Amino acid sequence: MRKVLKYGFYDLMRSKWSYIYFLFYLMLTFALLFLSSDISRAMISLMNIIIILSPLIGTMFGVMYFYNSKEFTQLLLAQPIKRTTIFLGQYLGLSISLSFSLFLGMFIPFSVYGLFHSNEIWSFLTLIFAGTMLTFIFSALSFLIALKNEDKIKGFGLAILLWLFMAVIYDGLFLLALVLFDEYPLEGFSIMASMLNPIDLARILILLKLDISALMSYTGAVFQKFLGSGTGLIASSAVLLLWALIPVWWIGRVAKRRDL
Amino acid sequence: MIRTEGLYKSFGKQEVLKGLDLEFEKGSTTAILGPNGSGKTTLIKCILGMVIPTKGSIFVNDTAVRREWRYREQIGYMPQIANFPANLRVKELIRMIDDLRNGQGKDKPLIELFGLDDMLNKRLGDLSGGTRQKVNAVLALMFDSPIIIMDEPTTGLDPVALIKLKDLISNYQKEGRTIMITTHIMSFVEEMADNVVFLLEGKVYFHGPLKDLLEQQGETKLDRAIARIMTPTNA
Repeated sequence: MRKVLKYGFYDLMRSKWSYIYFLFYLMLTFALLFLSSDISRAMISLMNIIIILSPLIGTMFGVMYFYNSKEFTQLLLAQPIKRTTIFLGQYLGLSISLSFSLFLGMFIPFSVYGLFHSNEIWSFLTLIFAGTMLTFIFSALSFLIALKNEDKIKGFGLAILLWLFMAVIYDGLFLLALVLFDEYPLEGFSIMASMLNPIDLARILILLKLDISALMSYTGAVFQKFLGSGTGLIASSAVLLLWALIPVWWIGRVAKRRDL
Repeated sequence: MIRTEGLYKSFGKQEVLKGLDLEFEKGSTTAILGPNGSGKTTLIKCILGMVIPTKGSIFVNDTAVRREWRYREQIGYMPQIANFPANLRVKELIRMIDDLRNGQGKDKPLIELFGLDDMLNKRLGDLSGGTRQKVNAVLALMFDSPIIIMDEPTTGLDPVALIKLKDLISNYQKEGRTIMITTHIMSFVEEMADNVVFLLEGKVYFHGPLKDLLEQQGETKLDRAIARIMTPTNA
């Protein structure tokens, strides 16, 4: 596993897309830190971009990488290596290299601005954690979609739809439900609903950490009210982890019977 | 020795292999022939465990291969289209496969044979089709595997490389290795193979020594014999 992961990571770290992704975060973070006088506002802007962009990039790279490396996967399958090792190794190589671009792209500006001496280090770590988790979750989901669909176009379409649903449509449906059923107690429902969407969860996690009640969404407020900031943080992190682990476990299962 | 018993494989509704019972003796060189879509590559992929059979079993040296992976230490495989990660260098890919097989590979003589010394530092994405096929051959043959499986090995190779490949195969035959080759080049089969498996629509149409096939079809040339089988009146 370590070897498959290592070479997949090397390969990706040399692709120009990893650099473009890294440079994008680098410039974005510099610009936001430089342009806004208020650190927390820079954080919020960063958050809004991270929770939409890292799932999108994870999704796109997940399907593209899987379909493009088909022949290479075949070559690996002809070697004395376990099937699950090959697929999980490739998945981990991909998500680690994407997270690496994200991490470095933010780490450099933050350290240049000397923010690690302040309390902001925790906000930084929360942003990185949320971005990394979203990268791992969405590359796993799109990998899974690619594993399940022989047809490239269909796999690609489904993966993008999944992202669109989680990033945009879900919130709309959720709001609609809140409006339609506003006579009923909706706290339980909204906690459940946000648990079912990793992007919402990541947003809540960051907002709880930054503790900006003015910007807290309805669900964020519910989380804070019912679970308190501390438990809320732990609960949302735990569910995010589950969101990453379940698809990975599923990849391992599907990998055993996928034809190549 | 490789044996298949009642091997079936369907992709969705399409049945590709329909009950293959085959035996490849140790030390034999078998050409797997058949028209496009007859199941040649699927058969090979089943043996390698890339494609999971719907029904039936495969034995490599009397070990059932289902859910197994260690048996692949015995096999060197040269795939049909070699599309490697574009950003790795030739050297790195060879080292990687060697590393995955715990560093037993003898790549030097093969690199020299195919004249790949100057290519070692090139990125795989920048190689021509023929050069990629040579790299492919190095990866498949550097482990002294007792079983060698080649899917269309001649594709893209220049005449010089082709002669070198033939010489290599002859040497392997002398060493008593088991070789399986799919190809559409009949002269290559006549030169290299002693046995022929002819697949037609997922079934074994013929399995036996090359000369028996010629005799059966009353031809002296293999391409004529094959054409005879494939014309509709006989098929």
